[in-house]
Amino acid sequence: MERQKDFYLKSPISRRTFSKNAGGFLLGLSLLKKDLFANSDAKVLNFYNWDTYIGENTLGDFKKKTGISVKMDLFADNEELFARFKKGNPGYDVIVPSDTFVERMAKAGLLEKINQAKIPNFKNLDPIFLNPQYDRKRNYSVPYMWGTVGIGYRKSAVKRVLKSEKLDSFKWVLDSDAFKNRIALISEPSTMFRIVLKYLGLDPNTSDLKQIKKAEDLLIRQKNNFKVFAEDNGQDLLLAGDVDLCVEWNGDIVQVMEEDEDLDYVVPTDGGFIWEDALCIPKNAPHLENAYEFVNYLLEPNVGREIAEFIGYATPNLKARALTGKSYRENPAIFPPSNILKELWTTKYLGEKVNRFYESAWVRVVSS
Amino acid sequence: MLGKRGIIFKPLAYGSPLLWLGIFFILPLAIMFVYSFSENQGILDIKLTWTWDNYAKLLSLVYLKILLKSLILAFFTTLICLIIGFIVSLYLLSLNKYLKIFLLFLITLPFWTNMLIRTYALIAILRSKGYVNFFLEKIWLSLNSLLVYFQIEPFMGEFVPLEILYTNLAVMIGLVYVYLPFMIFPIFMALDKLNYAYIEASFDLGANYLKTCFFIILPLAKNGIKNGIIITFTPVLGSYLIPDLLGGRDSSMIANLIERQFKGANDWPLGSALSLVLIYLTFLIIFISGLKKNKT
Repeated sequence: MERQKDFYLKSPISRRTFSKNAGGFLLGLSLLKKDLFANSDAKVLNFYNWDTYIGENTLGDFKKKTGISVKMDLFADNEELFARFKKGNPGYDVIVPSDTFVERMAKAGLLEKINQAKIPNFKNLDPIFLNPQYDRKRNYSVPYMWGTVGIGYRKSAVKRVLKSEKLDSFKWVLDSDAFKNRIALISEPSTMFRIVLKYLGLDPNTSDLKQIKKAEDLLIRQKNNFKVFAEDNGQDLLLAGDVDLCVEWNGDIVQVMEEDEDLDYVVPTDGGFIWEDALCIPKNAPHLENAYEFVNYLLEPNVGREIAEFIGYATPNLKARALTGKSYRENPAIFPPSNILKELWTTKYLGEKVNRFYESAWVRVVSS
Repeated sequence: MLGKRGIIFKPLAYGSPLLWLGIFFILPLAIMFVYSFSENQGILDIKLTWTWDNYAKLLSLVYLKILLKSLILAFFTTLICLIIGFIVSLYLLSLNKYLKIFLLFLITLPFWTNMLIRTYALIAILRSKGYVNFFLEKIWLSLNSLLVYFQIEPFMGEFVPLEILYTNLAVMIGLVYVYLPFMIFPIFMALDKLNYAYIEASFDLGANYLKTCFFIILPLAKNGIKNGIIITFTPVLGSYLIPDLLGGRDSSMIANLIERQFKGANDWPLGSALSLVLIYLTFLIIFISGLKKNKT
């Protein structure tokens, strides 16, 4: 109990929870749009990453090996990353957007074409990651980590309500009042609507606005059972006992599961999906050569192992995965069993029109 | 008097704040103004077409609802701040000089800490297993054990924690907590300048404490109260952080909506229109209060 009381002092900030409130400020700064760090010869690299999304010593080791010092800034979500690049590259060399945002940024001409010949360690990657639908042939991206979206839950609460510790459907989040006021959704329209579409038996990547409207209606109907639309901090609410179920990224839940044995994570096949984050080099990167060297370094087996074990997300790097310990390699919350994995789907970039419809539908849900 | 030097210093004195205002206020506002009449083209481009579409969108029920909710929340927050602020100011007035300065210092103390951190502290206080519920449970349990001891039925049963966090109540608590000093200071300043003779006269003429408060002190502190209301209501109406962190499923305020437009929706024109509406509202409030001041 002591732990819960000074929870905020101790809890590790997960990759997606970095105070998004810095976002507005950074957004303002980006309007100034100056290449503040531009200096092409220098032994430096500007890395724009999620919080807690790199190994403890990775950047230091890289400097020791190459003499290049990495300046890392953090972003809280893809939207923030995108907004900062909207008016041009503010000076970064390597960024880490997620799947659909790789496609969106590539389509907008914001990404440098990757020359795979300059990344010898590309061969360490699992071949199944080399031709994703969001970036065929890997023209613009290098896979970094992948994971799932599912439900983090408190086992004792689920047992009390359902008489069983097994939670196997999104029904309990989306279509039932069994956990009234004990549910946190993720405040990301494109994620939530797709889950609902899948739950309704529709195509989660549909561009049909009428179908998305059906998902909206379901959320409005269910709204009073939600406690909060969490800003990527569902795992904190779960840990602190404010909610019993939350829709979240697996790694976030893995991190709090280490602190509380009563927590668990599941990817129900009637809604859960697979996401992927990739290393990209934005156009006009001031230190292009350093960027290639850095990306190549991150793909080294030992470096990849250190990062993966530290952050608790699944690595697409076969050589790195082979070096990891059993508790990581065989963790079902990190690597879902293959029978579940084959039922999951991935997201597609659907264009600005659908994206804006998601947003306006979300506002209707929130204000209903 | 200034002679030749005035020619140099005067433009400098007026110029530097004007320059500041120009670069950091007028210019960004002008950019937003232009954006608010523009259209999105593709993923990145925004084209100025002098369209009224963005403003027309704001007339839809959804946005009006959230705007109205923000206004209501801001109204009640200001009202609570006003009541507490007035009482605190009256109390401060009754103290001796040193104690007064010390208490004023205490009121400014929270400003030394970042608002984000203070809001996180409120989360730790208000949450289901936070400090408020911790103490309530203690009291509950001891009361219950008393009942059991004296065999007074019915016993109180199991303690159910108060669900304050992630509700509009939590947002209100957070807003009052953060913006209360903005109300206290102007009212206190106004009261501090008050001529005590009026109050004494009121008592001498037989008015009781309440009557003196309402009919003598309140009218004399009117300007302070007015200023307090403006500088409390305006930032509360546009508050973003507190509803974001403390609010629940129904707590989105207008500023949260603006953020969504700039980030998730990638719709800067609509976001700009929303921001400008908020700014127009603020101007309107200041304008109305200025109008009344001129009359009196």
